[in-house]
Amino acid sequence: MSQLEFSNVWKEYGDQVVLEGLDLSVEEGEFCSIVGASGCGKTTFLRMLLGEESPTRGSIELDGKPLPDEPGPDRGVVFQRYSVFPHLTVLQNVMLGPELQKAPLTGRLFGQAKRAVRENAAGVLASVGLDHALDKYPTELSGGMQQRLALAQSLITRPRILLLDEPFGALDPGIRSDMHELILNLWQQTGLTVFMITHDLQEGFYLGTRLLVFDKVRTDAQALGAYGATVTYDLPIGSTSGSTIDGIRKHVEEDVPRAMEAAAL
Amino acid sequence: MKRLINQHPGRVLRAALGILPFALLVVFYLVASNARLAENPNDKLLPSFGSIGDAVERMATEPSKRSGEYLLWADTGASLRRLALGVGISALAGLVFGVLLGSIPYLRANLSPFVATLSMIPPMAILPILFIVFGLGEVSKVVLIIIGITPFIIRDLQQRVRELPDEQIIKAQTLGASSWQIILRVVLPQVMPRLIDAVRLTLGAAWLFLIAAEAIAATEGLGYRIFLVRRYLAMDVILPYVVWITLLAFLSDWLLRVASRRLFPWFGTQKG
Repeated sequence: MSQLEFSNVWKEYGDQVVLEGLDLSVEEGEFCSIVGASGCGKTTFLRMLLGEESPTRGSIELDGKPLPDEPGPDRGVVFQRYSVFPHLTVLQNVMLGPELQKAPLTGRLFGQAKRAVRENAAGVLASVGLDHALDKYPTELSGGMQQRLALAQSLITRPRILLLDEPFGALDPGIRSDMHELILNLWQQTGLTVFMITHDLQEGFYLGTRLLVFDKVRTDAQALGAYGATVTYDLPIGSTSGSTIDGIRKHVEEDVPRAMEAAAL
Repeated sequence: MKRLINQHPGRVLRAALGILPFALLVVFYLVASNARLAENPNDKLLPSFGSIGDAVERMATEPSKRSGEYLLWADTGASLRRLALGVGISALAGLVFGVLLGSIPYLRANLSPFVATLSMIPPMAILPILFIVFGLGEVSKVVLIIIGITPFIIRDLQQRVRELPDEQIIKAQTLGASSWQIILRVVLPQVMPRLIDAVRLTLGAAWLFLIAAEAIAATEGLGYRIFLVRRYLAMDVILPYVVWITLLAFLSDWLLRVASRRLFPWFGTQKG
């Protein structure tokens, strides 16, 4: 049985259809990159996985049970921004998850238990290369370091699924390739299922095991919201021919924006 | 020549420019006071600095003939006690309700319109009610301050809570936090420096309500004294009292600002 099962999922806001007829099954440990033009439901898809939104029709199942309709510790997340807590130091940010889970009333640990969590957190921070910045506040860190911190913070509670919403979108290209290496290493070590939204097609094509392209199958130039997007390509990465990739690239980067522009005019 | 908006004064010039209006005010007062006193040495409207100094000395260092108290300090103590009590209770209530209303949609739906309506009542208009209900003692004065500023602090903090990025609240949930834990470890600590800001903004109003209440019914207090000696046109007491109140207000604002920077070093660097 697959870990995650989407069956005929629709998402509508009023008469605006965002996603339609989405069928998808994802095995444990897959790394799915998600690409698509803006407005094609990538973020809505992620918000449904988080439990922030529920499907209008259809069902999403996690391990054969309906997905909880609010965020929970089985699904970790890293957003493009604001993923870390500005009032906590680097170390405190990473310790927060274990503290919350072990101390339901105060959300804080003391003494022996605190020392154990601190050691564990320092270890995780070392694995993302932040062991030199334990007592800094997030605002004192660069964008790349903040995202490393957000990853460490999510990973320490051992979620089963990690959701990444354009995590490297705001980073410089050089730093971004370092981050790619880091996320691949972490994924291999932990065996997590990863969903990563990206607007960088290069990133989508070469990171992970599977590429999901979100796109509208039909469009109505008179009513842009009448039809929703769905997964139009679902490709295993590595065994896909260059020409297919070039075709998708041309479609997403050129045809879709052009069609949307034309419709907007 | 650079544009005016791009020209900045140096350190010394900046200080001099800052002091200039104060110096001008003092000079203007001295000139006007001298002119009036030259015409009528008994003029009470603009007393000389000498007679103001005498009055201050009398109020601060000589026990009052009637009560044996040092009036300036007794008045200051009474006023600050009422102010601290009123502002302290308001801050606490503002924090509790602001955080709860900001965090919990059901409570917000239930109480937010009510608080918004309460905040529109002019507090001075219900002062007579307070006197009737609580008597003319300390309670009615403190309650006036509380009624005057608490709704503002609640509404301000509710807004600040709602301005926390959704991403943070979702992230906390993915770390396993309950509603209570999110309030305790994510919302509350981030709202504390904003509470200090809200208190700083309301201090002016708090002083206003305090002095108004003291003017109407009190037996001691800075506002009481000013309104009492008005009967004798005692500008030599009123003027230093006003300066003293201004200084106290300035100091409390400055103390809160320093405390905020010390206690919450992460705040303020955030926007940069």
